[in-house]
Amino acid sequence: MEEVLNSDKANVLAASSEDGFSPPSIAEFFPPKLFEIGPDFLGQPLFAMTRINLIMIIMTVALLTFFYFAFRKPSVVPTKIQSLGEIFLDFVRVHISEEVLGHQAKRFNLLLTTMFFMVLAFSITGILPLMHIAASSVIAIPLILALASYVVFNYAGAKQHGLVHYLQLNLFPPGVPKPLYVLVTPIELVSTFIFRPATLTIRLVANMIAGHMLLVLFYSGANYMLLVSDSLLLKPFGVFSFLAGFAFTLFEILVAFLQAYIFTLLTAVYISGAVSEEH
Amino acid sequence: MELFAEITGNINTIGYGLAAIGPGIGVGIVVGKALESIARQPEASGIIRTNMFLGIAFTEALALIGLVAGFIFT
Repeated sequence: MEEVLNSDKANVLAASSEDGFSPPSIAEFFPPKLFEIGPDFLGQPLFAMTRINLIMIIMTVALLTFFYFAFRKPSVVPTKIQSLGEIFLDFVRVHISEEVLGHQAKRFNLLLTTMFFMVLAFSITGILPLMHIAASSVIAIPLILALASYVVFNYAGAKQHGLVHYLQLNLFPPGVPKPLYVLVTPIELVSTFIFRPATLTIRLVANMIAGHMLLVLFYSGANYMLLVSDSLLLKPFGVFSFLAGFAFTLFEILVAFLQAYIFTLLTAVYISGAVSEEH
Repeated sequence: MELFAEITGNINTIGYGLAAIGPGIGVGIVVGKALESIARQPEASGIIRTNMFLGIAFTEALALIGLVAGFIFT
């Protein structure tokens, strides 16, 4: 009896850990380093170049090239590439910046346009061939962008109202009965000054990580089930996995665009809340 | 006492599954209310759509924190 039970358990464990299929893990986002230079910092060289950094450089060059050629010689009757660039810029200016900020849009158009196209270009690489990973799925890019928006909305608010009055407006909102400030002020402190950049970062990073791991799971599963495995029962599931990978690639395009839109829209909303001239 | 069957692996998956219940219902409520109000007043659909995206972003942040927490607390 004991030998039968133990051998059954051994069979189940062996079947689940065969050396065929390895699902994606968080190590996907730490690819091997191409080179490392610089002085030592916490046990590792300060600068390293991986595949993801290379993708960031390529997308930056692509964005700069596109906008350079679109607006090199702007004319009143636009050429084809200039009108395309104008459509892109007008999307951010009309639908995000002027809708939320109103007459103060001109001060912040530059930041919002840069943020939108940076997030969009770095997130769309998750589905581009040869690049297959979103450059905004490492926490550095969303963290820097969230810090930029944090500095901008706090500085704009402090410049508008004066630093002390700005802090007072945020931490001690008017119209609240005095004893409730014990409850409201810590909540407002965490919500405005800690929660906002943190959620901006995590929203973008987690969306990109989840999307990438879904795609890797579907395509590597399809490869394993169709080509590597010997079992015939897995073949229909392999086809299903491949079709699901195709559908989720389309979904990733939507998610990249939506995340860029939401990042920029939330930054605009925070700025407009900070410089609002009410009370 | 013998072990007849066991489940191995991470409890983070169960944690994320539980964490996704609330934001799922929340996003459903936000989008449902937005659809209702667009149906009542179609000329306000622009501003309603903007605020709907804002509401979705805020409620989905909690679901995503649950997803990422599964990777941090290994």
